[in-house]
Amino acid sequence: MQKVKTILLSKSVFEDNDRAADGLRARLRAGGVTLVNVMSSPGSGKTTLLTALIRRLAPRFRIGVLEADIDSDVDAVTVARETGCRSVQLHTGGMCHLDAGMTAQGLDELGGGLDLVFLENVGNLVCPAEYDTGAALNVVILSVPEGADKPLKYPLAFEKSDLVIVSKLDALPYFDFDLELCREYVGARSGRVEVIPVSAKTGENMEALENWFIHKLTRV
Amino acid sequence: MHELGIVVKVLEQVDALAGEYGAEKILRVTMEVGEVSGVVPELFTDAFDWAKKRTRFAAEAELDMILLEGRTYCQSCGETYKTTEHGKQCPFCKSRETYLLTGDQVIIKDVSAVFPETDGA
Repeated sequence: MQKVKTILLSKSVFEDNDRAADGLRARLRAGGVTLVNVMSSPGSGKTTLLTALIRRLAPRFRIGVLEADIDSDVDAVTVARETGCRSVQLHTGGMCHLDAGMTAQGLDELGGGLDLVFLENVGNLVCPAEYDTGAALNVVILSVPEGADKPLKYPLAFEKSDLVIVSKLDALPYFDFDLELCREYVGARSGRVEVIPVSAKTGENMEALENWFIHKLTRV
Repeated sequence: MHELGIVVKVLEQVDALAGEYGAEKILRVTMEVGEVSGVVPELFTDAFDWAKKRTRFAAEAELDMILLEGRTYCQSCGETYKTTEHGKQCPFCKSRETYLLTGDQVIIKDVSAVFPETDGA
């Protein structure tokens, strides 16, 4: 005769990751490293925007980049070539998000002596929002062609963010994108999120974005 | 795709648990899933049935999902309401000063497994 027993667990699926993320956050704070988790849809212009932003911030901070993708290393190669900063490509092996454990491994590979690390998360606004990476700052990039209603469709990503960057501002004349409505939708998700519209292509408002990071990094 | 990532984590945990407790095989995994957790139950079940075949102890396990209602609390008027019907805005006083009380959980509740008959029992 076999015996059947039930083991009570009552454990959140996210619990282990949340604990690992808190540990990583504390470790980074102690080491003076600010990790910025960047989330967006595919094609929002993340890599182009990060490249332009890193060029502006590079004289002030020692910067590294973690590029997360399901496969390929085109982003890591592009960012490293364009900015000269250290970059590591993380392959999630088919997974739709990055967790704190994978982030910690990437940081170890990136090495020490850095002030600021950008983590370019997998292009997707659903899953990355549910997995805390251990970042001190969370940023969402929303491009003009995607439409102003993204905060309504993907509330969690916007709720967990400190900053929403509206990218491809140069495309505004060609799309039906209402910036004020976008601010209202973002504000409805969370009152503390800031919205900064920019164009990496023309450089419009990039200084405001640069200043936001300088302010956060010198204050945190 | 999103569900699969969570399922893999669930199966890793229950497989490790079965090994730790000396179980022979897992019969059932019971999960509590909130209706505003972002998990689609049908996709979760499909992903579970695909991924379980790749585990040591859970290849034949059944998945039991208990759905939890989403409830939001309004800080302005103190009422609670059904999240899926009204979202962030309170239907009683129209305030947006609200927060989710329950319904975003994804919890492994329990695991039923077969254990070997101990000697003399």
